[in-house]
Amino acid sequence: MRNSSSHPVMRQLSRNRRDFLRDAAGLALGSTLFPSRLLARSGVPQKDRKVVVITFGGGARDQETFAPEGQENIPNLMNELIPQSSFFTQVVNRGILGHYVATASLATGVYETINNFASLPPESPTVFEYFRKDLRRPSSDAWVVAPSNGFNRIGESSHRSYGMGQGARVILPKHLLSAATKGSPDYEHLLRDNYETPFFAPEVAGNEVVLEQLRELLKLSVNDFREHALTLSSPDELSVYIVRQLMKQVAPSLLWITMHDIDIAHAGAYSLYVDGIRRTDRLCLDVWKAIQDEPEYAGKTTLFILPDFGRDSDEDSAGNGFQHHRTGDAASRTTWMMALGPGIREGVVHDRRVDSTDLVPTIGAMMGFSAALSQGRPVSEVL
Amino acid sequence: MLPNQLKPEQFSGYPPLARKLVVDKLPVLQTLPLSFLPSLLRELIEYDYKFTAERFALDKELTHLATLSPEQRVEWFSDFSKIKLNATLERFDWVNQPAQFVEQLSSHLWTTHQQDAFRKAATDYFNRLANAVPAADPEIPRVCITIVGQGAGAGEYPLFRKLRPHGAYYTNVDPKNGVEALLAFAAQRAKAHPIPFAHWYIDGGNEAAHDPSLTSVSYAALEPARNLLLARVQKQSDSPGMGPENLRTAMAALRPSDLQLDKMADPVLSRFDLKVLTEGSGTQIFSTTFAQWAAREALRRAQPLTLIVRFAPRQRQRPMNEMLAVAKQIVEADPAGSLVDADMGAYYNWLNQQRLTGAAKSSFIAWFEGHETAIAIGPAVPRGTVSNSAVSLQQVLEWTV
Repeated sequence: MRNSSSHPVMRQLSRNRRDFLRDAAGLALGSTLFPSRLLARSGVPQKDRKVVVITFGGGARDQETFAPEGQENIPNLMNELIPQSSFFTQVVNRGILGHYVATASLATGVYETINNFASLPPESPTVFEYFRKDLRRPSSDAWVVAPSNGFNRIGESSHRSYGMGQGARVILPKHLLSAATKGSPDYEHLLRDNYETPFFAPEVAGNEVVLEQLRELLKLSVNDFREHALTLSSPDELSVYIVRQLMKQVAPSLLWITMHDIDIAHAGAYSLYVDGIRRTDRLCLDVWKAIQDEPEYAGKTTLFILPDFGRDSDEDSAGNGFQHHRTGDAASRTTWMMALGPGIREGVVHDRRVDSTDLVPTIGAMMGFSAALSQGRPVSEVL
Repeated sequence: MLPNQLKPEQFSGYPPLARKLVVDKLPVLQTLPLSFLPSLLRELIEYDYKFTAERFALDKELTHLATLSPEQRVEWFSDFSKIKLNATLERFDWVNQPAQFVEQLSSHLWTTHQQDAFRKAATDYFNRLANAVPAADPEIPRVCITIVGQGAGAGEYPLFRKLRPHGAYYTNVDPKNGVEALLAFAAQRAKAHPIPFAHWYIDGGNEAAHDPSLTSVSYAALEPARNLLLARVQKQSDSPGMGPENLRTAMAALRPSDLQLDKMADPVLSRFDLKVLTEGSGTQIFSTTFAQWAAREALRRAQPLTLIVRFAPRQRQRPMNEMLAVAKQIVEADPAGSLVDADMGAYYNWLNQQRLTGAAKSSFIAWFEGHETAIAIGPAVPRGTVSNSAVSLQQVLEWTV
């Protein structure tokens, strides 16, 4: 039903990605008729399974990624990750195209309508709440690493049957660094906030609690953390550094990482936008390698990588091309998703339409909980 | 309040030309749906500060709307009428604050999942309008020239990659006195066809010497205004409860005099400068963004016959808060990154020129300043060709325009 209602531009984008991937990466075309039977093929019991989600944010277009002229920007996705993945060419976001609200929609499986710029929790239960409540998991088993202080409420919803204390723990690396460095100018390059609204940075209370997170959870001394941060070049690099510490020290079963460097595009500098894509491409491979390197994760972790949404096309005169995601055109709504890990068919491309909201019920089916209030449907090809 | 309740006295706050136009056309405005009318009023309230091409288009639009029969009006606006608004929007003072209404409408459309329906209604409307009232061809074919790469080395960056399939790529252009030659060419057209705001020169850095017949806008000349704006943004952002939406509203309320722009140019151009700085994202901090956005807005609004856009190196990327603060010292430039920005900017200039009337006859040239590389696109230029012969910029102009 949903396939038949795809917008022609969405179908064209999907075809372009599929044909390109088939030619460039030698992938086969997948079919919904032959689900992968994850449990049987992976040999990993549901209770031991881990899931890591990376949102390839904030918004990258085909021209700079999967289109022929864009492939030079994503060598790691192309050469390392896609050949090991099931790749979905047409993931459609029908919700609001603001980064916080779109990420909240991905995490709830419901198109959220909360104010993108307010410090509000999602209204529908998050994947973290479903996971913890159904499987009786402790708070240490679900984590979000988010780029901006504005994402501090992403871990749990305001839903009356879930909410308070039942969601994920959220770590804001920039807040952590800010507390550890007390505003030293040496670290300002890592403390940039949302490019669309650079001054929106609601303070998250409790620097002492934050620094305790650093010492108690991540087993990092403030000095070590400060010194390592000086070697990094962007907020997303800082996030991935924290992710690696989190995987090593806490090893949560459900880990959600939101990348955001690409959103520099809002400042209109194309070269910086492309730099952001190249960095995100490299960091995705870093996370995949960390999954292979960590005994707690190796062989039992599924990695999902997907953008929250795209950006405006060059052809739509209402927008200004790559700079924003304001028109709501098909290019800005149509993205992709890759899934990698034990039991996932490798080197397969699926070009049927998938909704952004399908991610949460898919993770639910994979890990054994019910995303009862989600609007999406499990993606059978990875189950 | 709904449109059918509109009265002439409600427009007393409009500038004189806008007020006269709106009152004259009130009977037709009263018939339009609330989901549509404030978008039109947002344009009309600025009528006194609009370019000739914009005024002409608005006059024609209103005149045509007045000729529609009741049945045709239903057909044209039925999709807008289906958009569901709420009481807050209906109570809003959309007569005097149409731009703020449109912002709130946009938020409402996204929240209620009506954005796609609105988008379709708007697209259908403008297609109908374009068919019913086709825009006139320009007096002479348009020419847009983009100069990129000031201060950048040749390197290995594949310049003009997106433009090459559409025209002739020159690899051996004599760069000597290139900027002067191109500006002289523009001035010659301006003198031959002296139409207000029809011949522009936009510079992302310091303006080169040019003839006063060209309408000029530059990043360097606007530095005092940019600093005043950044200081205001800083102050607003430090205010308690200030969020991005409040900040945007505060920026939209600024007048040219708030940034001392009224002392620099006539009312129409100073309003243009103000909008480039307050509505363009990144125009306050990156000169490449400024040049691209100013060119986009000049093409969209003034529809010039001649446009020269010269990109200059932007500052290197620094923390956003630092870039938004008024610089107290000279900031290091990023010429290599700026070349990439300008290359994309050149492509966008061409795309935006193609959206104007007479596109089939218009010409476009982009040149790498101080270097031998250029691309020329025009009706007489063979597509996807490469010339390695030694040529002058003057010859490229003659063969293209």
